[in-house]
Amino acid sequence: MLDVLKFKAPQGAGDHGKGQVDINEVTITFGKGNDLYQAVETTSISIKAGEFVCILGPSGCGKSTLLNSIAGYVEPTTGEVTVDGEIVDGPSPDRGMVFQQYSLLPWKTVYENVAFGPKMAGHSRTEAGSIANTFLGLVGLKKFGSRYPSELSGGMQQRVGIARALANYPSVLLMDEPFGALDAQTRLMMQESLLEIWQKFGITVVFVTHDVDEAVFLADRVLIMSAAPGRIIEDLKVNLPRPRTTDLAATSEYMTARQFCLDTIKSESRKAFAEQNK
Amino acid sequence: MSTALKASEKPDPIKAEVSEEVVVTVPEPSVFSNFAPTRQQIGGIGMAVLSLTVGILLWHIVTAVNLDFYINFSNVPSPAKVFFAFYDHIQTSIFWTHIGVSMRRILISYSLAAVLGIAIGLIMGRSRIARAFIMPYIEVVRPIPAVAWIPLAILMWPTEESSIIYITFLGALFPIVLNTLHGAEQTPEVLVRAVQSLGASKFNVFVHVVIPAALPSIAAGLAIGMGVSWFSLLAGEIISGQYGIGYFTWDAYSLINYQDIVVGMLVIGALGTGCTAAVKLMTKPMLKWQKRTR
Repeated sequence: MLDVLKFKAPQGAGDHGKGQVDINEVTITFGKGNDLYQAVETTSISIKAGEFVCILGPSGCGKSTLLNSIAGYVEPTTGEVTVDGEIVDGPSPDRGMVFQQYSLLPWKTVYENVAFGPKMAGHSRTEAGSIANTFLGLVGLKKFGSRYPSELSGGMQQRVGIARALANYPSVLLMDEPFGALDAQTRLMMQESLLEIWQKFGITVVFVTHDVDEAVFLADRVLIMSAAPGRIIEDLKVNLPRPRTTDLAATSEYMTARQFCLDTIKSESRKAFAEQNK
Repeated sequence: MSTALKASEKPDPIKAEVSEEVVVTVPEPSVFSNFAPTRQQIGGIGMAVLSLTVGILLWHIVTAVNLDFYINFSNVPSPAKVFFAFYDHIQTSIFWTHIGVSMRRILISYSLAAVLGIAIGLIMGRSRIARAFIMPYIEVVRPIPAVAWIPLAILMWPTEESSIIYITFLGALFPIVLNTLHGAEQTPEVLVRAVQSLGASKFNVFVHVVIPAALPSIAAGLAIGMGVSWFSLLAGEIISGQYGIGYFTWDAYSLINYQDIVVGMLVIGALGTGCTAAVKLMTKPMLKWQKRTR
């Protein structure tokens, strides 16, 4: 499915020591007066360059909002987000984003979608084209360049989405439940592929999910968020060996980490329920 | 589209992921397959011919017997009379002048309405201030039918020609503005965010996301606008002017040339249909990506 092994990482990729994300005392509130809604409560996280971090939490806990503040779509109400010391004040191609919903431009072909970022960065048509082909090759979709997104399956569209984000050589890859809409088998394949890509590029990945298995399988660190207003309540190091394959799920280390996450999430979800029923 | 393509587009849902690499071998459908009528299409055309023949036959009968049963058919010309009148007219240059003048008016007013309407709609769709400022005018002016504008338009504009063009323009403008606005408002926010993260400026968001996202609505607005512009044109031509197919039709009534009334009506219908079809044909290439979705 993936041609990562044949793929030669572009110059400058991997071990560049870039992609350090710092979230300093960030709170995020929406609305005003009676409609005031606190999505994220005072949160501080430091993510090392090249780290794979999953943000795990019950639905509606504010994990996507937190990710959006790293992406630059949402401005923190207080505090600040920095990447390599620079304050985030808007979206940037240096922080690639992969969304849950299919977010390819439906009126552009697969090839044009991936070439879009390089073009915006000022590359010539031919340069942008060869970058696009390189990254479509990386996700094994070179042959589908002339198709429109609607002609591809969900899994293929998300692979194009990943290629599109990587084509800008970002130092951070932000992923908002990217595999949430995929069927179970496709999701497993996509997870393995993502790990291969991540190891090839050595970029920082911040991955939001509500799926405990996904978080434990992928991450170096799992940050567990409380029910809304969200804050980080657990910071779990996952010391499972890499490269990881799906066989990992049978090991006792995996089971322990998984159980810990499940228990934490369960008690948080109960709290959220009790809060709603008050 | 050929059935082979359809089959490939809807793979077995369970095997979809496995078979995706195999799909490459499916040949592109031939260009000509679009034109080769299917059995269903032939059946449809046959039914249409049959239905129209029945209609013309009934029309012939009621005029032949001068049916007068609440509706009076004694003054309605028979299909044959209308056909021969039409045949005579197409050999006169004045008839073509009427058609030419109407077409010219449509072309000028519709082009103006399309350019202005799309521009206004897009600006309103993306700027709240522009929307709040322009919307009241639309709310006030839009419900006034084109016919109601005629007296004032004649007083305002220096020539009858310009007042007719103004009325026709106004008719086409509102559906184009409102549909474009609707389309621009529907821009999926996730796409805007996605291209922002790819380094797109505000201008590039507009060009690569807002406008393409609005295109299906714009195309619909353009087609509706064409219909309304013909409606408005006819109103203008009937009341003022010396040329135009609307004038021809009304003049036929004044001169008691009853078969010419029907000739005028049928020509108006054909021209309107032709123009709307031309608009759809021109907007079709812009929606290529959408067609493949279905």
